[in-house]
Amino acid sequence: MKLSDVIRFAGGSLQGTRSRTLLMILAMSIGVAAVVILTALGEGARRYVTGQFSSLGTNLIIVFPGRSETAGSSPGMLLGQTPRDLRLEDATALLRSSHIRRIAPVAVGSTQASQNARNREVVVVGSTADFMTIRHMELSQGQFLPALDPREASPVCVLGATIKQELFGNEQAVGAWLRLGDRRFRVIGVLDKQGESMGFNTDELVIIPVASAHMLFNTQALLRVLIEAKSREQIEPARKEAEEILIKQHNGERDVTVVTQDAVLATFDRVLRALTLAVAGIAAISLSVAGVLIMNVMLIAVAQRTQEIGLLKALGAPPHEIRRIFFAEAALLSLIGSVVGLLLGEAGSMVIRQLYPVLPAYAPWWSVGAACATALGTGILFSVWPARRAAKLDPVMALSRR
Amino acid sequence: MIELSGVNRIFNVGGQEVGALRELDLTLADSEYVSIMGPSGSGKSTLLNMIGLLDRPSSGTYRLDGRDVTTLDDEQQARVRREKIGFVFQSFHLVPRLTAATNIELPMILAGISPEERKARVDALLNSYGLSDRADHRPDQLSGGQRQRVAIARATIMRPSVLLADEPTGNLDRATGREVMALLEQLVGQGVTLVLVTHDAEIGGRAARQLHMVDGRIVSDTRQAAV
Repeated sequence: MKLSDVIRFAGGSLQGTRSRTLLMILAMSIGVAAVVILTALGEGARRYVTGQFSSLGTNLIIVFPGRSETAGSSPGMLLGQTPRDLRLEDATALLRSSHIRRIAPVAVGSTQASQNARNREVVVVGSTADFMTIRHMELSQGQFLPALDPREASPVCVLGATIKQELFGNEQAVGAWLRLGDRRFRVIGVLDKQGESMGFNTDELVIIPVASAHMLFNTQALLRVLIEAKSREQIEPARKEAEEILIKQHNGERDVTVVTQDAVLATFDRVLRALTLAVAGIAAISLSVAGVLIMNVMLIAVAQRTQEIGLLKALGAPPHEIRRIFFAEAALLSLIGSVVGLLLGEAGSMVIRQLYPVLPAYAPWWSVGAACATALGTGILFSVWPARRAAKLDPVMALSRR
Repeated sequence: MIELSGVNRIFNVGGQEVGALRELDLTLADSEYVSIMGPSGSGKSTLLNMIGLLDRPSSGTYRLDGRDVTTLDDEQQARVRREKIGFVFQSFHLVPRLTAATNIELPMILAGISPEERKARVDALLNSYGLSDRADHRPDQLSGGQRQRVAIARATIMRPSVLLADEPTGNLDRATGREVMALLEQLVGQGVTLVLVTHDAEIGGRAARQLHMVDGRIVSDTRQAAV
């Protein structure tokens, strides 16, 4: 029997039982569509998170005070001492490393900002000129902090887009004076609208030189030091060197934590990928249920078409041809089911992308491939038994059945 | 040439052994016209199935054209059936969803013959059986006589040497039955061995050789000049 004839014959018998065929295709396509849509969601979430991370900056290393490890107790803990603060000298010392391109110390505090009659509570970030480069920020007006010695205070500030709108409305902000706490700063620039990234909304910040921030908040401490390594390959050596420099700065005490953005990113990536896989696995279960349904339907088909099978045998169809015909039916069902399912899945992903534009919900190619392979695999696997049963029918009994 | 020797066929019915065929010896020459008659349960259908390789003897040998076919496996037997044997059934056994032409084509599809040749042979046969205007009709749109003619066309499309008919007129009225018999007998003239199983003495009486079976044995074997 030629393959084209097998397919035509199988297609013909599927058309013979139209409503059953349509229901089978529906079951199969729902399974495939579930895999596609759920992995598209998982993958979309993963890309969203990694996108958020890379908007923080590239080749980024972050230093914060204190050890995050809790192994054992240090003498300091017994004496009730808090870890040593991260200071400006620590930050500038980091520039000695050959792997580090630039650094930006970050001091954060909140205070009252007032301009004419308007005032509101704002988050003030004290940093240096390099902060903008490291954090990939854009200006819409004016300029960023001048490249001064970090220890030098200067009464200038850069406003986030929202803050500018709220305090100045549509008036010209650059050049105007703004009161932050008990000091006055001249607005020299306004940041472009960037939205939120990792819960840190740059639109609602006021940025001033780090030395000015220390004076404003009467402290010497830094919340973070942001480091940009010279290249992707130098991230790890830069991290190690940064740690060594800071230990030396702190008289040999390891009281800072240095993390690379890559490490954090990789962790998120792994977690979300595992989540996507788990979700895909759950959806795959619905696919195998569809496979069992196919088996059920094929068994019914064998029972209903006993006479036809007997006839085919009488006409000289050997057992392997009978098996092929039933395989072909199952394969056709799964194939059509997968194609319909893929279309449904892609359409579903598109709807999700329309509803949540921030989520890049595209199903990864492996899930599309795996969904189709599982559909075809289960369809064919679960037709083995019915097909064998058909091939083993006794032709005399099959023909005499009314 | 069909040679059965010492053939037994024993069925196990409810733990009891029932012999449908007992020590049966039968030789049919090429182009012979044989009818098998006998009461229900006499084993005539079992004999027909045996000759058609749908059933295997419990013991004894069956040689078809000099070849022992009892020892062949299922695949090989299917091939012999396809090439040498045609079946005509009482209830026609046409595939309801296929057209008359496709039903006739079916054995050639199973044999893997090219579509062009299939079409040519089906058209020729439809024409000679007077079914050309019924080619695209499905079985439920055909009369009983037309259905049986389609079934005979299907049985002969592979040009078998043996044609096995089990009560071919059983579901037809007398006039149509006679037409169908005329068609089958015409095939005998073309060199086909026709084996006919029937209850009907009138139909059976037309055959050149008549076998009577009782309890799995041939009790009489008579020959007569062609009607």
